[in-house]
Amino acid sequence: MKNLDTLLKDLAPRKFKKLGVLWTASLILIIIIGVAAYIDQLIKGQVVTNMRDYSLWGIYISNFVFFVATSFVGSVTVAILRLTKNTWRTPLVRIAEIISLAAIVMAGITIMIDMARPDRLLNLFIHARLQSPITWDVIIIPTYIVLSFLLLYFPVIPDLALLKKHFKKESPFLSKWYGKLSLNWKGSKAQKIIQEKSIKIIALMIIPVGLILQTIDAWLFSTTYRVGWNSTNMGAYFISGAFVAGIGALVVVVYVLRKVYKLEDYITPFHFDKMGKLLVLGCLTYLYFNINEYLIPAFTASVEEEIHLNSLFKGHYAPLFWAVTIGGLIIPILVLLFKKGRKPRSMFIIGILVVIGSWWKRYVIVTSTLLHPFLPIQGVPESWRHYFPSVHEWLITIATLAMALLIITVLVRYLPIIPIQRTMDEQKLFKNNKNPEL
Amino acid sequence: MENKNNNTRRKFLDKGLKLGFVSIIGGFGLSKLISKSSAQSKSSTSEKIELMTTDGTLIQVDSSEVVEIEHSTNHEKKYNVREGMPNRKFVMVVDLAKCKNALACQSACNKGHYITGDNAWLKVYKMQESKETSPYWMPTQCQHCDQPACVTVCPVDATFKRRDGLVLIDNERCIGCRFCMAACPYSSRVFNWDDPKQEEVYTNLDMNDHPVSTPEFGGLPSVKGTVDKCDFCPHQIEKDELPFCVSACPNGVFYFGDKYEDTVTNGDETLRLSKLLEDKAGYRLMESLGTEPSVYYLPPTDRLVDFKDGLDKFTEFQSVEKPKL
Repeated sequence: MKNLDTLLKDLAPRKFKKLGVLWTASLILIIIIGVAAYIDQLIKGQVVTNMRDYSLWGIYISNFVFFVATSFVGSVTVAILRLTKNTWRTPLVRIAEIISLAAIVMAGITIMIDMARPDRLLNLFIHARLQSPITWDVIIIPTYIVLSFLLLYFPVIPDLALLKKHFKKESPFLSKWYGKLSLNWKGSKAQKIIQEKSIKIIALMIIPVGLILQTIDAWLFSTTYRVGWNSTNMGAYFISGAFVAGIGALVVVVYVLRKVYKLEDYITPFHFDKMGKLLVLGCLTYLYFNINEYLIPAFTASVEEEIHLNSLFKGHYAPLFWAVTIGGLIIPILVLLFKKGRKPRSMFIIGILVVIGSWWKRYVIVTSTLLHPFLPIQGVPESWRHYFPSVHEWLITIATLAMALLIITVLVRYLPIIPIQRTMDEQKLFKNNKNPEL
Repeated sequence: MENKNNNTRRKFLDKGLKLGFVSIIGGFGLSKLISKSSAQSKSSTSEKIELMTTDGTLIQVDSSEVVEIEHSTNHEKKYNVREGMPNRKFVMVVDLAKCKNALACQSACNKGHYITGDNAWLKVYKMQESKETSPYWMPTQCQHCDQPACVTVCPVDATFKRRDGLVLIDNERCIGCRFCMAACPYSSRVFNWDDPKQEEVYTNLDMNDHPVSTPEFGGLPSVKGTVDKCDFCPHQIEKDELPFCVSACPNGVFYFGDKYEDTVTNGDETLRLSKLLEDKAGYRLMESLGTEPSVYYLPPTDRLVDFKDGLDKFTEFQSVEKPKL
């Protein structure tokens, strides 16, 4: 049981120390390099990438799919756990919301990087055709950005009012901004009712919107004839994959913040255990859809399909395919099924495995299919038969990942990463109910 | 007190909005109803007129519904690049029995469309279905499908299907997302990854004469960051000439024509399309996908040429000859 002062002292945003400053500076440096590479791409054209007429999509699209998947964490942890009244979510929701917002904003930016004519971006609105899955994306991504933002903003309002008071002497400038952003929050009953209602509506909305977002992302691929994409399994496969990628990212960020901000009192092994259970549930579901996607088609594979599956199982893509399947899926399941495996440190390692596995998994999905068209690849330079990202592509992609981390870092710097007001309210509640947990 | 005021204002706004919404919908519904009832009152005459539709069935129509329309006189002006040439439906037949990979089609197409990239619009594939079956040469370009997968997925309507059968690209609108290329099962689309630099390669081409690219002449000029492909040469049809590949082929492999006229020609002979397809068992590529191509193939039977003759010309890694600089 902690009183408000201790809570504020523990949880109010703090200035970065040396390490934090160094971290932020390196992120900015990586981003600057990436922006320079992108400007070069704008001038010279997509020829600076290693994409060509056969491997016509590459790392930009797979990275986009990764961001979209990661953004699913907001829908899952925040909305679903909220609606199922899982109170253990409290110290984790804000972090999940921040990851979600950063990821979906970056998804919107990455898809534009892949466009060869970003100068014609407005055509997507002027000449929009509703039958194209890209138009669906144009509609759903901004919707999800707005919802993710509101899902972060509404719950943070009471905390902003607290921070306004807290920083009054220490930093009048910050205090002024917290005050403005807190929209005159006084904690009155009427305000609380409106806030509660708004959050509930957003939480209810973000679940279907999140599911639609992931599904549309899958339909970008499954609406083509391509072997390996043209699958009715794709929507559910992508949703379960997003579940895994999102929770994986959450575990990693939570672990790091807990270490750096010394939040051991608030985020306990109990929370990691719960997250571990959620992650293993996601992994098992994902495994099920992986079997549907890769193993079952092998039984009745057409010649084209067999070529594709062979390249994954024992051909060019085999090392990567098995690495992401075993490292990003099988090992996490085996470890997380046991209580010992759900301890913070082991969860952190598994989380990293899952995130890296998720990223490369999307690379496999996007690039392997394109190199097996229906007609043979003939009459083009030998290098067009393979694909590996060019230096430009790597620099730009790494910069987008750094930009996502920078958004997270900035939000973590200025927002209380654990809801203060809510923690306090719940403590009172638990005390009255004599709830032994927490 | 202030709180209460706030609440009443909120309620007022809430009610006002709802009321406004309901009245808009109500007004719309009312106007629809009125227009319907007035239409009914008009059709009081019970005289019926018999008419014949374009497909030959007789129908009865209330005489009050019959309105005389003026014959349109501005046929020429009405021509629309996105609609295509009226009352035409272009098709092509490729006779695989005659193809020996001479590649005259490809180089004529490349030159005619000022192609500078590494991937030609027309490629002659070396095909062999299985080890036991005979190899053959298969010229393939855009199939100008009647159910084009590329058109379905284009987010900005840059690639479009015309009534005369052509699938074309508006390179001034294309955003370069390459979704159409992913959607096309025939791999017939190529992308301008680099600046096309056409005037450097084709010195006879003056770019000042062609400031803006038109869908009806693919590649004139090519636009960086957009998709190109075989355009079925509407620019040649306009001049009453055959597409580049058809007229260039020394073996008469390609037949071009109009499905409505049921005729195709390779320049030397003009044949009935339906009879040709029937006699020689014509087929289309990947019929099972349901894309309904406009290009028909005649199987490589009773060949006049030896497959091996084409091997000399076969280049695994090149389809556009680079001029020696």
